[in-house]
Amino acid sequence: MFRLIALAWRYLWSQPLTAALNLLLLSLGLGAISFVILVSEQVEQAVTRDLAGIDLVVGAKGSPMQIMLAGVFHLDVPTGNIPLATLELLRKQPLVARAIPLSLGDSLQGYRIVGSTPEYLDLYQAKPASGRVWQAPLEAVLGAEAAQRSGLTVGAQFASSHGLAGQGDAHDDRRYTVVGVLAPSGTVLDRLVLTGLESVWAVHEHGDEHDDDHDDAELDAKREITMALVSYRGPLGAAMLPRWVNAQPGLQAAAPALETARLLRMVGAGTEVLRGFGVLLLLAAGLSVFVAMLHAVRERRNDLAMMRMLGAPPARVAGLVAAEALCLAVLATVLGLALGHGLTHGLGLMLAAQQSITVTGGWWSFREWSVPALAVLLALLSAALPAWSAFRLDVTQLLQTPR
Amino acid sequence: MIELKDLRYDYRNGPTLSFADLSASAGSTLLVRGASGAGKSTLLALMAGLLTPTAGQVFVDGIDVGALAPRQRDAWRGAHLGFVPQRLHLSDALSVQDNLGLPYVCAGEPVQPARIAELLERLGLQGLAGRRPHQLSVGQAQRVALARAVLRGPRLLLADEPTASLDDEAAVEALRLLIELAALSRATLVLATHDARVSQALPDAQLLQLNRAPACSA
Repeated sequence: MFRLIALAWRYLWSQPLTAALNLLLLSLGLGAISFVILVSEQVEQAVTRDLAGIDLVVGAKGSPMQIMLAGVFHLDVPTGNIPLATLELLRKQPLVARAIPLSLGDSLQGYRIVGSTPEYLDLYQAKPASGRVWQAPLEAVLGAEAAQRSGLTVGAQFASSHGLAGQGDAHDDRRYTVVGVLAPSGTVLDRLVLTGLESVWAVHEHGDEHDDDHDDAELDAKREITMALVSYRGPLGAAMLPRWVNAQPGLQAAAPALETARLLRMVGAGTEVLRGFGVLLLLAAGLSVFVAMLHAVRERRNDLAMMRMLGAPPARVAGLVAAEALCLAVLATVLGLALGHGLTHGLGLMLAAQQSITVTGGWWSFREWSVPALAVLLALLSAALPAWSAFRLDVTQLLQTPR
Repeated sequence: MIELKDLRYDYRNGPTLSFADLSASAGSTLLVRGASGAGKSTLLALMAGLLTPTAGQVFVDGIDVGALAPRQRDAWRGAHLGFVPQRLHLSDALSVQDNLGLPYVCAGEPVQPARIAELLERLGLQGLAGRRPHQLSVGQAQRVALARAVLRGPRLLLADEPTASLDDEAAVEALRLLIELAALSRATLVLATHDARVSQALPDAQLLQLNRAPACSA
């Protein structure tokens, strides 16, 4: 078998240009399929991870999709702010088990600064890898990626920039101190800078003329948060709470599960197009391999007939033709997977530059077994007729026997 | 040794060929002579087990080749038959070394590089192992085809028009090599030819003359 494969390999590369072109076509098709599998799986997993324990997002009136993207995945801008009192209102609801506030508005080198409570870390079971969780205003905890990219460690100080894109004015007069760096969690926390709600208020309320006569209750009445992440106490919450929230003035409910399903459907349409493109490439490759194999059998009919004369049974001669196609399939599988992972890595770098979802080329999916399976199937289908032609070869033609 | 007995082959929509009974001992040379279309190639095909006789038998070392099952014929050819085709049919996709490895691959056996090297040296082809057939001279290519035919020590060596494209000097050399190599493995050499030079070069060879007719006889 090994000798036959070695012979098939030599025959394959006896026409290097044809072999290279077929290899390129096949590899591109398989690479596209691999890329789609890797990216869609990682995006689905990231979405599922980041949604953990969040049943409802309450924000300012506007697009539920926008609220969900901003509040859960920190990808879009929020629809506005809501009164701090909303938090207490939600916590008093019997259907609400937990309400976690989020305050957005500032950033550090493009990484969003999120004011919240330590409950936000508990949502993703995140723990500091070094240092501790914030306990006082202007203490910050960096997500793993934010810490790595910014180069900040425990004890460092930084000024936040106004705005979520990191290009606004710096709040130089109110500097944060890094008190902890989170361990990588594979969740949205990796690319956030976390601090207490009080820090966000302290940064933005500085410069206001504070009258000693104003009390905390008056201050709280003016204070706002961006949104609240709500967990239900029971299934009734899903039926009752969104409607109640939407009925409140200025409030919008966004059900992450619903909005995510819509989002994945939209993304799914894109991946289907890419998958379809990959399939088209594979079909073209299959056709090209078929034509090349048929041509090769015709060109080599005397070689193959001579092999029969030398004692090779018809199955072995047909097997040689099939082995040639399979050699191509194996090589294309390796190259295709490398291409798929390479493209995914490239996409990951692009997304990381935008502080977006983490996608990596080092991810391996069980579904990638479909790539070699497709390659082998395509090779066998393409080689079937040429192999049959080789099987049925008339050896007497070597002797030019008249018919 | 080779033996023909009441051998006949009927072509579909073609002539019927009958061959005279004959017997050629091991190590001898049999000359099959006749004009084009007389049935030389047909006889070679029957001897090689590529065609099944309509009637009669072809015995090679006592084995009725025509009675073997197709798979047995393939194995028999691989083990006992050497063939030098008229157009040599060396694979241009492979080197000389790989062309000579083909008989082993076809028989499903390990290639014997030492045996190949020995033959290459005997035939004056050392140093050409890495070349492709199109890079060889006609004479060199014919010697490679000869080497391929005798590599595994066949009992029957068939040569179809071995001198067809050769000049006088090359033809004599080719015949000399054929006979020498056949003698090495005590193979019965069967030469199919219409070239008069072969008869002149081998006056003592057993002769089977084929005439162009629906029913031919020696």
